[in-house]
Amino acid sequence: MIQTGGDRLSDRKLDAILNEFRGLIEEANATGVPLVIRGGNTKSFYGRKVNGTPLDVGPYTGIVSYEPTELVITARAGTPLREIEQTLAAQGQMLAFEPPHFGEGATLGGVVACGLSGPRRPYAGAVRDFVLGVRCLNGLGALLNFGGQVMKNVAGYDLSRLMTGAQGTLGVILEVSLKVLPMPEFEKTLRTEVDPSNAIRLMNEWAGQPLPLSAACHDGDYLYIRLSGKKSAVISSIQKLDLENCSNGTEFWEALREQHLAFFDDPAPLWRLSLPSTCNTEDLSGSRLIDWGGAQHWLKTAERADVIWETAKRLGGSATLVRGGDQNGMIFQPLTDGLFALHRRVKQAFDPNAVLNPGRMYPEL
Amino acid sequence: MQYRVLAELKKCLPPDAMITDEERARVYECDGLSGYRQLPACVLLPETVEQVQAILRICYREKIPVVARGAGTGLSGGALPVQDGVVLGLARFNRILDINPLQRSARVQSGVVNISISEAASCHGLYYAPDPSSQIACTIGGNVAENAGGVHCLKYGLTVHNILALKMVTAEGDVLEIGSEALDTAGYDLSALLTGSEGMLGIIVEVTVKLLPKPPFSRVLLASFAEIEAAGRGVADIIANGIVPAGLEMMDKAAIGAVEAYMHVGYPVHAAAILLCEIDGVEEEVKDVMAQVAQILRSAGADEVRIAKDASESERFWAGRKAAFPAVGRLAPDYYCMDGTIPRKHIASVLNRITTLSGEYGLGVVNVFHAGDGNLHPLILYDVSVPGEFGKAEEFGGRILEVCVEAGGTITGEHGVGVEKINQMCIQFTAGELTQFHAVKTAFDARGILNPGKAVPTLRRCAEFGAIHVRSGRLPFADIERF
Ligand SMILES: Cc1cc2nc3c(=O)[nH]c(=O)nc-3n(C[C@H](O)[C@H](O)[C@H](O)COP(=O)(O)OP(=O)(O)OC[C@H]3O[C@@H](n4cnc5c(N)ncnc54)[C@H](O)[C@@H]3O)c2cc1C
Repeated sequence: MIQTGGDRLSDRKLDAILNEFRGLIEEANATGVPLVIRGGNTKSFYGRKVNGTPLDVGPYTGIVSYEPTELVITARAGTPLREIEQTLAAQGQMLAFEPPHFGEGATLGGVVACGLSGPRRPYAGAVRDFVLGVRCLNGLGALLNFGGQVMKNVAGYDLSRLMTGAQGTLGVILEVSLKVLPMPEFEKTLRTEVDPSNAIRLMNEWAGQPLPLSAACHDGDYLYIRLSGKKSAVISSIQKLDLENCSNGTEFWEALREQHLAFFDDPAPLWRLSLPSTCNTEDLSGSRLIDWGGAQHWLKTAERADVIWETAKRLGGSATLVRGGDQNGMIFQPLTDGLFALHRRVKQAFDPNAVLNPGRMYPEL
Repeated sequence: MQYRVLAELKKCLPPDAMITDEERARVYECDGLSGYRQLPACVLLPETVEQVQAILRICYREKIPVVARGAGTGLSGGALPVQDGVVLGLARFNRILDINPLQRSARVQSGVVNISISEAASCHGLYYAPDPSSQIACTIGGNVAENAGGVHCLKYGLTVHNILALKMVTAEGDVLEIGSEALDTAGYDLSALLTGSEGMLGIIVEVTVKLLPKPPFSRVLLASFAEIEAAGRGVADIIANGIVPAGLEMMDKAAIGAVEAYMHVGYPVHAAAILLCEIDGVEEEVKDVMAQVAQILRSAGADEVRIAKDASESERFWAGRKAAFPAVGRLAPDYYCMDGTIPRKHIASVLNRITTLSGEYGLGVVNVFHAGDGNLHPLILYDVSVPGEFGKAEEFGGRILEVCVEAGGTITGEHGVGVEKINQMCIQFTAGELTQFHAVKTAFDARGILNPGKAVPTLRRCAEFGAIHVRSGRLPFADIERF
């Protein structure tokens, strides 16, 4: 078992931090002043604004256990994402969902709570696909463990996956166990100049063939794909595809993941449309970058929010105002009445007095 | 059940869709865990979503228990009827509604049999990956309800990783669309919550699944070991070397013997254990990786490694594994299949504990299981006609699950809790955790009509079983009222 620096927090110290968190939750329940849960504060631009007392998960840090042969890492929520990635890389392993950092201080808790995944997502899976277990405090301060550290587990409802992407509205995530995967032996990025609608068609056609695809995007001009796996498999696919070699692939995908490409360097509102992979969003004005093999459209547009939500809904997906919007307004795709009522009851089941990040996703949640 | 209610239910269904006579209802009195049987008040076989809604509205109003049923192949009693309750059979929801080859998805009704999705997608070079051994019979709705796995889920994931959207009818009879054909949706991840929820949170009527391209090439390798420990080491070493096989299965000596006696596939009968390892992908890659796996297993202590020469030999290697359950069925009048999951590193030690327990209980046990995910399937041999033997088998099974929890694992990897493992839930979870489960259940089904008594034990039941889990010697939240 590999243990790393972060684990040096003594049990006493950990208990003290936990008690502090529970004290804050208790107080919030008593006073009605909610808590704003924070990790590295790198994703505060995302979601709606919450006002309240900060609960800083950052100090609750450290890798608890990591066993390469089990393909499982367990770490506290405050553990820096970078530390986790470096620890895994030293053993030739990785977080296959390729999470965006959006800043130096990104923590594991923030990654799981926001549920954001990078370019590898359509081929490898999302954060939630790799979450095996979660330890958390619910809105009443109860310390709870769901899931575990094994690959298959159907005992009890899958509340650890439910917490993933719930943006802290269902619990304060304290510790997460994640499935990890071996890094691919070999990777190559290729590109070709093609218009967006042909790019969408090609990305879908290729995904239907046994190619070792690990990313595919269209930046407005070029279609980029990444092939990962055994060298023999990647080479034989390169021969089949006959595309232009792209020498700075690693930098390109990282810049895409971190939104550092020139496309993102713009104060205009940035929307993310999550759609069935064959959809076109030409009806919406603005410029776009299409990732996830066609299933995720980044759109810079001045279109009205309700027009965008309506379009996303018609296409069978959803839209989120990721950057540059009014964080006091609506950010996420409105839910149908029936689904919203269910969401409220689920929220109540975890956090009856709505003290955990209330309103971060939707008003009244 | 009151005649008035029966008549009202009958009115919302087509003529032949209600079964009340005992003879025909017998078919539905149990699932694959046949030790538990119960006749329901009636069996309803609706054909449309509207009919399902109408049934639930009536049952919700009257507080009548509703047990959903797919094919009834479940192994934990999940589809066991409730006395005076309704069995809601989804068998007639058997249509594949839409296959979208470019988008690689299929929208199907929940009673569609698992394998028929892959059959329908096959002409597009696509398939649906999760392949439980029961795939020729079990339904996709039942797979979602149990989060079913299969031999290939080590590489391709469980049901939860392979579905996009669900249409469900709530306890109150409303229709909700959960998820979408996009890769993620706004709001909470309710499709993850519903997957594995054992029919407790809603009735699934439609499922949209992901389809994958069929791998162009695959091969199977068979390795035999003189010691269980070496086989366990082999499993860990494959993973440690960055290889994720399509399947990695283990069989112990008893299983090998049973299979050889049944169908002579040429397994090494003197081995303590064998591993079957399948690698898939493009041909060059498969050949490379196969050679590497063979080397790894020899170093781990395999005394023989056979790589299948061609597809037909691969099939023969698998044939024995696939026939393992019926083969074991010939060793004893009955067997009882367990389903714990443990960290891979404990495979050998847990198997040894099981052997010891087998001696203590005087009941034979056979192991054939998904070693790559650490998902054990000990088959306990017994004879139901010997008084007390089923009880003994159940107790032995319960002990095995406790050993799995002690090893850092779980009481069920893929078969679900149902009625079978409800007591062991008290061992795996604290009172606070069980309370949270009940709160979630209430959010979906305030009157508790869906599959009552399954999956999550009441705190009272745990108290009676005498085993609320207390972590690190501290009673968590002594201030929260328990019983
Ligand atoms: C020989 C054999 C081999 C097996 N191998 C495997 C294996 O390899 N992997 C594995 O995971 N399992 C395996 N199983 C177990 C079983 O096949 C799976 O659990 C399967 O998913 C059950 O599907 P079913 O349609 O038979 O569901 P049922 O047994 O009818 O029901 C199972 C549960 O799901 C609920 N349910 C069913 N349909 C719905 C619906 N539409 N909406 C809501 N709830 C519903 C029921 O209430 C019940 O709780 C095996 C079983 C057998 C007999």
